[in-house]
Amino acid sequence: MLKNQRAIEVSGLSFLFPDAEVKALRNINFSVDYGEILGIIGPTGAGKSTLAMCINGLVPQVIQGELEGKVYVKGLDVHKGNVAKMSEHVGFVFQEPENQLSQMTIEEEVAFGLGNLGVPREQMEGRIKEALQQVGLLGFEKRSPLALSGGQQQRLAIASVLAMKPTIMIMDEPTSMLDPKGKNEVYDVLRSLKEHGMTGIIIDHEVERIAEYCDKVLVLNEGEEQMFGPSAEVFAQIDTLHQLTMHAPQVTELLHQYNQKNKQDVKLSTSIEEAAAILENAYIKS
Amino acid sequence: MEPYISVRDVTHVYSNGVTAIKDIDLDIYDNEAVAILGSNGSGKTTLVKHFNGLLKPTKGKITVGGLNTRKERISKLSSLVGYVFQNPNHQTFLPNVIQELEYGCKNLRMSEEEIEERVNKAVELFELENYLNENPFDLNSSQRKEVAMASIMAISPRVIVLDEPTTGQDHKGCQRILHLVRMFQKHGHIVVLITHDMHLIGELNCRTVVMHQSEKVADGHAEDVFADKRIMDLAGLQPPQITSLAHSLPFLNSNKTYLTIDSVLQSMKVNTEEGVKIVTRT
Repeated sequence: MLKNQRAIEVSGLSFLFPDAEVKALRNINFSVDYGEILGIIGPTGAGKSTLAMCINGLVPQVIQGELEGKVYVKGLDVHKGNVAKMSEHVGFVFQEPENQLSQMTIEEEVAFGLGNLGVPREQMEGRIKEALQQVGLLGFEKRSPLALSGGQQQRLAIASVLAMKPTIMIMDEPTSMLDPKGKNEVYDVLRSLKEHGMTGIIIDHEVERIAEYCDKVLVLNEGEEQMFGPSAEVFAQIDTLHQLTMHAPQVTELLHQYNQKNKQDVKLSTSIEEAAAILENAYIKS
Repeated sequence: MEPYISVRDVTHVYSNGVTAIKDIDLDIYDNEAVAILGSNGSGKTTLVKHFNGLLKPTKGKITVGGLNTRKERISKLSSLVGYVFQNPNHQTFLPNVIQELEYGCKNLRMSEEEIEERVNKAVELFELENYLNENPFDLNSSQRKEVAMASIMAISPRVIVLDEPTTGQDHKGCQRILHLVRMFQKHGHIVVLITHDMHLIGELNCRTVVMHQSEKVADGHAEDVFADKRIMDLAGLQPPQITSLAHSLPFLNSNKTYLTIDSVLQSMKVNTEEGVKIVTRT
């Protein structure tokens, strides 16, 4: 198959909600390779969640509307299959873990999705243990999901999805309810998935973490793709981000302002270490 | 000066036996903005729910505007302490914005004239003129958040509590919240923020209280609290990225904690103007 070189390939994607006058997404094109993490950023109402739901087929199969264009996941045409079938390939984690947790114990929670996929009982235990291990919740099997902290609940939601062994994990603002430690936990899980060769998509407003963890970044605004490319390149387009009422990581903003105030042209880095080296060098010269 | 809110040796034990806050002492004065930080489950929300009487202390005493919260009705306390919930959907339920804004004042049995005056003021400050007849649920999440804040502002409580005001907001929304916090202060309100947003606190550089495992472990100016690595690590907090960068810049004052981009640029400028000789680390 021609399309199976890429984990995700989206071409000419547009979507119109019923009764809406303006398309929620217009002509979106991007692709993500295996083992890559894509960050999707954009102002409120940009279409980020709608786009994410096009990738597992929730849009338009459950959330209906008019869709044009193509979405291929592992070479499969998402809109020809059904959502249940896609859930074996694409896992989805939502903003509020509470909305996705339903069982009495952590073990049952992880088993729930497996049962729905018809995984035989004898395989379940191993897959549950493996998934809990990946998110650092091994040993918590008999506890109630409600007794966990927010960060732990979100990791449990991720484990429930991981147990289904998807190749692609989509997370829609998974850390916005979490404290800084919980946020790091979620991103660290994402990074470890990458090491396992999985593909990740994360939607978040916290550009510092997006820049640190994502290989590529897609910038959406009012349903249109504004930028798509390696994180460092996207965040270096700082004027474009500002025009879209967005911002780059704080260190990048600092370098940009330094350039403006001193008529300099230092590299707009996103990492603390590199920014420190650049500033040290440039500042001493001036 | 008398504190407006005085928390003395307060412990709260929930009916399931969990001690959510323990031996807390805290005084909050007029015109202060106080951020309450700490991990999920550290007791932040439990503490603040004592300010408007939603919770009563199991042990200890709280006074708000000189009133003992244990003895006052919630209706009285809620005219002194307004609470803006994290999720605006939890406090928005009327068919249009104007009714939403009037609701709190009506509950407090204000005269029609007074209600009109207060609602008009809130409409003006929040620039809601064009939304008055909209259903709040037709607005986007940042607009809905503003309606929730405006409806609390209309009551004109001395204290405005903002529970995770920037959660889920985009950059523009976060800037707007920052502006509103400053506006509340300018209009003489005490602002209490429950938040994980270190950028917001960095910009406000306000008083910062850190909760950890039900106890108050720090209470000071944001720049001092953020500089205290032991406390930050204990409570699982990370300063804004700019603070970490500033730490690794040898030409900045290593005794100062930088919380904003502007403060770093300013120091660099001052250094150059004063002709400070810069020594690189080898």
